[in-house]
Amino acid sequence: MFDDFFIRALFAGIGVAFVTGPLGCFVVWRRLSYFGDTLAHSALLGVTMAYSFEFNIAFSVFIISAVIALILIQLQKKTNLPGDALLGLLAHSSLAIGLVVIGFLSFIRFDIMGLLFGDILAVTVDDILIIWIGGAIILVVLKLIWKSLFASTVNYELAEAEGLNPDRAKAIFTILMAAVIAISIKMVGLLLITGMLIIPAAMARNISTSPQQMVFYSVIGGLLSVVLGLFTSLEFNSSSGPSIIAAALFLFILSLLKIKQSTGLKN
Amino acid sequence: MSSNNNILVKLKNAGYQLNNRFLVEGVSLEVQKGRIVTLIGPNGSGKSTTAKIALGIYKKIDGEVEKYTDKVGYVPQKISIDWTLPIRVNDFMLLTDDISEDQINEALSLTGVIHLKNKSLGNLSGGEFQRVLLARAISKKPELLVLDEPVQGVDFTGEIALYQLIKKIAEELNCGILLISHDLHTVMSATDHVVCLNGHVCCSGSPSDVAHNHEYKALFGEQASKTLTIYEHKHDHVHTNEGDIKKN
Repeated sequence: MFDDFFIRALFAGIGVAFVTGPLGCFVVWRRLSYFGDTLAHSALLGVTMAYSFEFNIAFSVFIISAVIALILIQLQKKTNLPGDALLGLLAHSSLAIGLVVIGFLSFIRFDIMGLLFGDILAVTVDDILIIWIGGAIILVVLKLIWKSLFASTVNYELAEAEGLNPDRAKAIFTILMAAVIAISIKMVGLLLITGMLIIPAAMARNISTSPQQMVFYSVIGGLLSVVLGLFTSLEFNSSSGPSIIAAALFLFILSLLKIKQSTGLKN
Repeated sequence: MSSNNNILVKLKNAGYQLNNRFLVEGVSLEVQKGRIVTLIGPNGSGKSTTAKIALGIYKKIDGEVEKYTDKVGYVPQKISIDWTLPIRVNDFMLLTDDISEDQINEALSLTGVIHLKNKSLGNLSGGEFQRVLLARAISKKPELLVLDEPVQGVDFTGEIALYQLIKKIAEELNCGILLISHDLHTVMSATDHVVCLNGHVCCSGSPSDVAHNHEYKALFGEQASKTLTIYEHKHDHVHTNEGDIKKN
């Protein structure tokens, strides 16, 4: 019953879940969900660049997202605007510019729905390679900066005082965020990527007592969401990206049942 | 005075300004191995700022700071743990350094919170958390300890015990300690060198020198210079942290 495209979709989705799990935990801990959203919106611009100059989509999205992240950091330093206003500014203006550019590229037929919500069933073998190789690199780098990133998430000054260089860890993490969006855009689409990062991590928070445990459950949650979502999509002919996110939400709701046990949550 | 290679951190005329206002300026001090330097002064006098200058947290400073060690343990004045982080005492102990299980247990026992090892950090009381913070800072056997009001929220008998522990650590590990405290009478007796701050260095020297200094009296009042000795009274039993009573 597994057509070839379905196996490819599974492989791509599983690869993405391994990466979004740990990164998603940091997105939740560091309150970066809107930051993730902004990078994801800017990905549309990256996609249009890829079509215009015939680049690889993942590579182009990575570059554009990283540039947007750098612009954000500069704006944060140079203006007095609050962070969420800057994020909104960048998210919507890059989305708008992306859409304008698409208008100019009238000779190419864009699958806008696929871009926004993902088209995992059109994943190629090359895409899978990018996801797995890129994902492995992301995880190795995250492992290397883990200690200093985590320590500075708990307390910046402690990390700085005890020689862990939190600013460097933050900069590297920003690049990793751009990279994870680049490799997962084809699977869940730019409007749903942040969901893939946050929902499994939020689910994991409800049932975890230690950071390592939360990362573990977040990965498991992501994997289950992908498998569950894809089978639902095959069974009911629903779009794959939204099905995966809906599956993640379903797991999150299940995790609420366990929240009252001793997970360190006070309520 | 010991020789120069005992110096762990040295501030030369250091200051830090925020929005063109000096939080503290013209601070010169040095912390040497095995010695306790205490910063005292009223609220807003720049004690924590001075500690952060010494630690290298503030980078754009006036004057100079020279740090001769990377093995630093820090107890910040304020730290709030976000509930989004599932983190137990044990995880917290491993925050900045990979220390062994034995080292964790030893440090937690010294500060009397070994029974909290697997508890969630968010569920600790203020005093318990303070003991965990101190345990974390000493567990990695640092050369330099910077303690910013390390016993805030700790009960009175615990406070004296912790100050004695801090003094013992300075001797045993031969580490230098930069201590910030409000408790004049407790602190002064355990200190080698006192720096009295009020936006700048008012006076500094041995505890008794400082206590008789007129600027110190002006800042803290006549009464403060009399309460130099440690407040001592003896119980015939102690309460362990598990709630048992132990006869001396």
